[in-house]
Amino acid sequence: MTKDECKQVVLDIIAEIAPDEELGDVKGEVPLREQLDLDSMDFLDIVMELRKQHGIEVPEADYSHLASLDSCAEYLTPKFNALV
Amino acid sequence: MEHYDVAIIGAGMSGLSAGIRCAHFGRKVVILEQHNAPGGLNSFYAKDGRKYDVGLHAMTNFAPPSERRAIFNKLLRQLRIDRSELNLIEQRSSRIAFPGTDLRFSNDEALLESEVAQAFPHQIDGFKRLSETVRGFDDRELEAPYRSARVWVEGFVSDPLLQDMIFCPLMYYGSAVEDDMDVGQFVVMFRSIFHEGFARPVDGIRRLIRVVLDRYRKLGGIRKMKTGVRRLRIESGKVSRIELENGGEISASVVLSCAGLPETYALIQPPVSEDLPSLQGRLSFAETIAVYRSLPETWGWGDDTIVFFNRSERFHYRDASDAVDLASGVLCFPNNFEFGDRALSEGVVRVTCLANHDLWRSYDEAEYAEAKRVWFERIQGAILPLMPEFTRDFSSELVATDMFTPKTVHRFTRRSRGAIYGSPTKIKDGKTPVSNLFLCGTDQGYLGIVGSMLSGVVMANEHVLKGVG
Repeated sequence: MTKDECKQVVLDIIAEIAPDEELGDVKGEVPLREQLDLDSMDFLDIVMELRKQHGIEVPEADYSHLASLDSCAEYLTPKFNALV
Repeated sequence: MEHYDVAIIGAGMSGLSAGIRCAHFGRKVVILEQHNAPGGLNSFYAKDGRKYDVGLHAMTNFAPPSERRAIFNKLLRQLRIDRSELNLIEQRSSRIAFPGTDLRFSNDEALLESEVAQAFPHQIDGFKRLSETVRGFDDRELEAPYRSARVWVEGFVSDPLLQDMIFCPLMYYGSAVEDDMDVGQFVVMFRSIFHEGFARPVDGIRRLIRVVLDRYRKLGGIRKMKTGVRRLRIESGKVSRIELENGGEISASVVLSCAGLPETYALIQPPVSEDLPSLQGRLSFAETIAVYRSLPETWGWGDDTIVFFNRSERFHYRDASDAVDLASGVLCFPNNFEFGDRALSEGVVRVTCLANHDLWRSYDEAEYAEAKRVWFERIQGAILPLMPEFTRDFSSELVATDMFTPKTVHRFTRRSRGAIYGSPTKIKDGKTPVSNLFLCGTDQGYLGIVGSMLSGVVMANEHVLKGVG
């Protein structure tokens, strides 16, 4: 999986959690919370959907890695690639 | 013995919401409900072909879909429920009616502010400061230990009449404490009623229950109705077995109980060292429902959706000394929501008053029937002065009546002392002395329909879903 594909996985999950959000121009380097109306409950959902849909575990200590799309890709892509 | 990841006691709004969260994330969940109908404190029934709602006058926390941070919208996101399924309609306007002074409010918070400015010109600055402090209140402080809201509000508003008028709706819609409430609960209720507002599904509470239930079912959640819990057997500090009233037994890794605090503790075996009577709620209610051939708006009621009334000099919110306390109450006109062209065909007037649980439970069958008849008449009489043309007698228009009492509440919900808002002691983190048993709903979190659903979501997140998968 490439980093761009990984970003798309995260965006797809956000689209499910918050169907009203406009996700067309989310910037990779800017924290998601600054661009979207996501709170801690929504972030917990991203973590849980990653586990449910893709078998990816994100321990609580690592939640900060999910702050922006770029940091998500940095952190999650190796995890996805380790699955295969 | 059948084993589940999660067992939830009670198919009320909090239990169903917790069930949806757990089932959505792949947990094997069972909801155990003693009654044959879901909904708990909010339910519905039919009598002589007419549909009635129980509990719901209105849903609080109404916010438009664009307000994504509003609690109601967060809740729908967490449950993956599409808002359009609920078919919500907004209130027209509501009123706090005290002797000589009325304050109207609606889903536009500016209305209340202008009403306060007019009726209490010397208090408006304090009221605005209170409203803004409530708006900016730090959510983390909501979890703080109990603080008296009566004392807190005095720091903003000095006129006792205005204080009473602010507290009346907030207490009636969400205080388990006599003559006071927790500051956190006050803030949540102020936001949910005065900043946000009232709405209802066009079809009433049954629509909400059906949507939530369907969602739970589609996720593979299991429901066992008419399956009360007899005992929670504790071994090594954990619930090891759940003994059912039908003689069955199941086990679960985590148990979420929506039965209430003293009610849950009473199930634990061997017993916990808690003084259960001191945890029981003190406040119960009676409600009359009158169905009329004509609609209330044709009698000159105007736009009133809910009227919170008080007829004595000071407002008291405490256990009734007589069977029913007629000094204050809540009038609800289900017709006066924005139904558009889908108007209800009959007029409905519901009146809720504080009632004395012990008295109602002490009556034998004949005394109970007689007390219901007498108090129905008295409650109807008590609201006459609030009616726009109180000299007119509407009894010829009456086509059906019903009434519930603290005894009815106790029978259907098993709440000790028929206390709808549960124990005055709330366990905000949901934890109990038993390591895999957590409280959910009325005695954990916030009150009302949205509050209890949120409690289910938060407790499932905290105690089931976080941590190891």
